[in-house]
Amino acid sequence: MTPGSTSGAPGVVVVTGVGRYLGAHVAARLAADPRIERVIGVDAPEPGAEFTDLLDRVERIRVDPGSLGGLLADLDVDAVVHLALVSAPDQQHGGRSAMKDQNVIGTMQLLAACQRAPRLRKLVVRSSTAAYGVSFRDPAVFTEETEPREVPRGGFGRDILDVEGYVRGFRRRRADVTATVLRFAPFIGSTADTTLTRYFAQPFVPTVFGRDPRLQFLHFDDALEVLHRSIVEDHPGTYNVAGPGVLSLSQAIRRAGRVAVPVLEPGLSGAAALARTMGFGRYGLDQVDLFVHGRVVDTTRLEQEYGFTPRSTAAAFDDFIRAHHGGAVLSRGQLAAAEQLVLDGIRQVRAAVRERS
Amino acid sequence: MTGPTQGREPAGMGPFDVPAGPPVPDAEPARRNGHRPASRLAPAGTPGDEVDTATDDPATPSDNPAGDEVDTATDEPASGGVAPTGGGAGDTGPTVPDRPGDQWDRRVANGLAFLRRRLAGDYEVDEFGFDPELTDAVFHPLLRLLYRDWFRTEVSGVEHVPVDGPALVVGNHSGTVALDALILSAALHDKHPAHRYLRLLGADLVFRMPVVSEIARKTGGTVACNPDAERLLGGGDLVGVFPEGFKGIGKLYADRYKLQRFGRGGFVSAALRTGTPIVPVAIVGGEEIYPMLADIKPLARLLKLPYFPVTPTFPWLGPLGMVPLPSKWLIQFCPPIPTAHLTDSADDPLVVFNLADQVRETIQQTLHSLLERRPDPFGP
Repeated sequence: MTPGSTSGAPGVVVVTGVGRYLGAHVAARLAADPRIERVIGVDAPEPGAEFTDLLDRVERIRVDPGSLGGLLADLDVDAVVHLALVSAPDQQHGGRSAMKDQNVIGTMQLLAACQRAPRLRKLVVRSSTAAYGVSFRDPAVFTEETEPREVPRGGFGRDILDVEGYVRGFRRRRADVTATVLRFAPFIGSTADTTLTRYFAQPFVPTVFGRDPRLQFLHFDDALEVLHRSIVEDHPGTYNVAGPGVLSLSQAIRRAGRVAVPVLEPGLSGAAALARTMGFGRYGLDQVDLFVHGRVVDTTRLEQEYGFTPRSTAAAFDDFIRAHHGGAVLSRGQLAAAEQLVLDGIRQVRAAVRERS
Repeated sequence: MTGPTQGREPAGMGPFDVPAGPPVPDAEPARRNGHRPASRLAPAGTPGDEVDTATDDPATPSDNPAGDEVDTATDEPASGGVAPTGGGAGDTGPTVPDRPGDQWDRRVANGLAFLRRRLAGDYEVDEFGFDPELTDAVFHPLLRLLYRDWFRTEVSGVEHVPVDGPALVVGNHSGTVALDALILSAALHDKHPAHRYLRLLGADLVFRMPVVSEIARKTGGTVACNPDAERLLGGGDLVGVFPEGFKGIGKLYADRYKLQRFGRGGFVSAALRTGTPIVPVAIVGGEEIYPMLADIKPLARLLKLPYFPVTPTFPWLGPLGMVPLPSKWLIQFCPPIPTAHLTDSADDPLVVFNLADQVRETIQQTLHSLLERRPDPFGP
């Protein structure tokens, strides 16, 4: 409806993926909102006790996605927030096939359950700017209408395309439900722990030779804010969610005081695959493609509809740097000192030469 | 016009005018090293500033009684007698005072500050990847050497390029390597009163190649597609396109200055949709820098290139063959073609084709007239 309308605050909200960082924080934040009566966190059966302190006000239910159908109907659920997406395969938990199970099959089953939930009024699905795919013919800035020109090579990108396809089908079948799809840029912030934050936390950062992709980040707190507003307000449609502005990868690495190590692209893909099979590092083709092509989205629609502008990419990245500045190889202070040193040296030499002549 | 009589007399051979004296007020910048004379003049009040540029600080006359030759050694903090000069300049950090008259000192300091900013990532990049600081500091100076000193480029009609607001600059493409686009953007930036950047639209092949793609983005280029063109024009930028594409740069020397087909006229619809004026520009000189005598098609297919050129120098001399021949360049901007009244017909193919034809004809005729002004491709 109108930006900032709060009439649509739902009574019972189900959040999926509360066993993970984003899900846990969203559930905790919704539980703290007095307008919402009940927050139910749904998670996969295996226990993960990481976020229990966050989730003390959230009812947690452990079910496998197949049996969600009856649950949503029994609980009289008003809104579902689907956050249980895995962005990178985890070798400890089944690798790529488990990731695909969770992302694609999990979403399919959840949406099937949602379709049969009579009281459901709202569905919020986490997506990613990876939905735009990667191609050399891509426009520089993606708007929500941009169609992907090529199917991405990486698993996550393909999963996202599938997930969005299912949501499109759901919208057709349940036109009465307000469906919001949020295409998030990579999260960053002082506390967020993602593949990208781990990447930038290394002292020496591998990059693709001859490529300096344009990147956008989204501060984790802004992601929470947008998800929160999507639940308590009505914002049907698909939105890009990213910090305005752009950092190039080399610029981001320099700002973080890290050192870039350019690697030839075939070598990087191979190294990423090798690291994956050996069980460490979670870089996949998704990351390699991102570091070749970069990804910038237009957030005008979000700003107009939500009346909210996330903090800029540069500001979000600064927040991350402040939290991780310990690993910096080249700090700003050192650079300034070096500059002064060289300048003084040159002045002295010139003065000495002048004196002699 | 004035040429045929004037020009023949000194040259004595050409049937056309040898443009000994171009009518444009461009004669002077051909060699302008600008900095020296200006810097000498600035601290002119002080005596003997040519040699010891360090002592010539007019702002701190307190130095002068104490300091003559010795004063230049102020940088040694140990020499106590000179300490007051360091304090007098009011600089806290450095051991040497900043002397406003010292050109080289300032230049070194600026260079180091630039280097530090680059290494710390303290610069801005727009959403297309355009890095104005790097463009100004690195790419444009290089191109300036090329277009001013190597190609002796004469630019006319800059007044047809609007001072602010969007415009679509449409040019003819030539020269085996798309050097003309870079020259055009650097020359336009230097000659235009508002020093506007030309945002070039390049083929996706450019963005496939590592390194090249990043140089293209950092100098303001982006992929030639309608969303990007319309976004740039909507943001009030000056956009440069070469609708001939590879057909233009990959044509044989025998076909020089014959405009190729203008594609599907996508550039016209981008201009129509945003109501942007189209400024045709004719570039003469690009065809002779790498005269393409033949095109080895199988090799091009093998390398996935649109063509594989053979020039008098290229495969034979190896890397030396990459040096462009020093042809004489003329760039002329033509009066803008307004499109604001046609915004509704952006999807009307007839309007689009007619407008594309009009632009093409304008460029072709301007090319012919420029060629008449330049009978000798390698003239002065």
